[in-house]
Amino acid sequence: MDNKNDVIEIKNLNKWYGDFHVLKDINLSVKKGEIIVVAGPSGSGKSTLIRCINYLEQFQEGQIVVNDVELTDDVKKIKAIREDVAMVFQHFNLFPHLSILDNLTLAPIWVKNTPKKEAINTAMEFLERVGIADQAKKYPNQLSGGQQQRVAIARSLCKNPSIMLFDEPTSALDPEMISEVLDVMIELAQEHRTMVCVTHEMGFAKKVADRVIFMEAGQIIEENTPEEFFENPQSDRLKLFLSQILSH
Amino acid sequence: MAVYNQVETREAPSNSKGMVHWLRTNLFSTPLNSAMTILGIAFLFWVIPPFIKWSIIDANFAGSTRADCTGDGACWVFVRAKMDMFMYGFYPEVERWRIHLTYALFFVVIATFRYLKQAMPKIIIATIYFIIAFVLIRGGFFGLETIDTNKWGGLMLTIVVASVGIVCSFPLGIILAFGRASKLPIIKSVSVTYIEFIRGVPLITILFMSSVILPLFFPEGVTFDKLLRALIGITLFQAAYIAEVIRGGLQSISSGQYEAADAVGLSYWQKMLLVILPQALKVAIPNLVGSFIALFQDTTLVLIIGLFDLLAMVQVTGSDSHWLGFETEGYVFVTLIFWVFCYSMSVYSKSLEKRFNTNLK
Repeated sequence: MDNKNDVIEIKNLNKWYGDFHVLKDINLSVKKGEIIVVAGPSGSGKSTLIRCINYLEQFQEGQIVVNDVELTDDVKKIKAIREDVAMVFQHFNLFPHLSILDNLTLAPIWVKNTPKKEAINTAMEFLERVGIADQAKKYPNQLSGGQQQRVAIARSLCKNPSIMLFDEPTSALDPEMISEVLDVMIELAQEHRTMVCVTHEMGFAKKVADRVIFMEAGQIIEENTPEEFFENPQSDRLKLFLSQILSH
Repeated sequence: MAVYNQVETREAPSNSKGMVHWLRTNLFSTPLNSAMTILGIAFLFWVIPPFIKWSIIDANFAGSTRADCTGDGACWVFVRAKMDMFMYGFYPEVERWRIHLTYALFFVVIATFRYLKQAMPKIIIATIYFIIAFVLIRGGFFGLETIDTNKWGGLMLTIVVASVGIVCSFPLGIILAFGRASKLPIIKSVSVTYIEFIRGVPLITILFMSSVILPLFFPEGVTFDKLLRALIGITLFQAAYIAEVIRGGLQSISSGQYEAADAVGLSYWQKMLLVILPQALKVAIPNLVGSFIALFQDTTLVLIIGLFDLLAMVQVTGSDSHWLGFETEGYVFVTLIFWVFCYSMSVYSKSLEKRFNTNLK
């Protein structure tokens, strides 16, 4: 069962919020370089699932192994995993009191002790890549939502993570800004970084995903290649879900 | 089907701006508002001219003795004659340059702060300043004569008490606020108990305890400077209030900021000091300055444990047999000084808010 290529391995994961059983018997392994899209209705536990992977959420039962390190409440292990797993949030969560550039260099300087000059060079490189280098001196609130999310992606890239988690990165954006963020994500996908994306952008899933996972009520209901997932859904619930989101 | 041309932007109509428009919307918008405006103006006419008459037109400014006060108005000669008491208390005249130098250095420090971005150099400079200030004012080092704290008084004492109270209670308040927001039950309950206990006790009680009751616990022969005890009492008192103000700021920070800081790999202290605290303090500036202004005024309570601050000096100088009956002038003068200090803090807080505002385009 233990595959050398698995960078994320989740076994029998169960989580409760108080009495509410939010994740039920989740089993999932992700190979190096794989792009996984997690879909499902709101409240199905998909965000909670990926937030468990970098321990923003604690869980009561089961096991998560990231890059051969098992997640426990040991601070050192959490730190090791967080250094290698980046996350992009729905609401960007840039640090509003810091300039764009400082947002990107904060963690490299303080967590990895990167010399300031080097951190700035790396940051500018990534800002260049997401097309915001000219805004480096501005503050987050001076940028549009799409720009802020691209900055957030650049910030998460600065520590050169092997795994990237996306938690509904386009859900809080105005419609005309979604594509600029998706373009950046597609570009990243083509570099074969491991990505787990919670998203409602089915076009993105069709284009770059290696596997699509459908979750409902805290369970994984269906898991398939994008072609099969969209063309040949098996469960009634997925058929209904697809008809609801693709009908218009 | 219709297609429309783009409309040119125009200036706003003239009746929606200008002086008359401002008067109409702000002072005379409703009948009640108009009545209030007129009443307000009448009140000012009733109060201000007599005050100006008393304090300036009929007042005496020149001279040095009571005999020089011939007018019906205020006798500012009294304030003039007692100015040294108001400013320095019983601090020896020949040593007063040490106080002036300390004041001057303060402005130098504030000026350097404008050019420093990082917090750490500021903290170091401020600490060095306080050590220098202590050595200068108290003496006892480098051949400076020791001036005992019982000779300190007036405005200088007020400033010492207020600034030590502000500077020492601030970090303590931050730690208490972090403690109260902590997930560790022991740290949390200790912080909550401390804050709620202190906030339930009047400052006067704490000052009494520190000056009267505390010495009872010391072994015989051990004395502890009265001013130092008052400073400790005020610091411990103020820290509880600062903690609550900062807690308000902490609560305004969204959980997303904590999560983002965790996700990029910052440790707890890095997260709190680099991400959360700067934002919380920015939100808390108006209330923090409010607390500091309140503290500045609360320093007058040290009178009851026998320290002669600026306000107490009115009583001391007013009981001089040559100058009986001039307390009013003294109080007006002291009021003016308190106002200048508190208003300066208020203005400084506004400029800080502006400087830290990162929402502007």
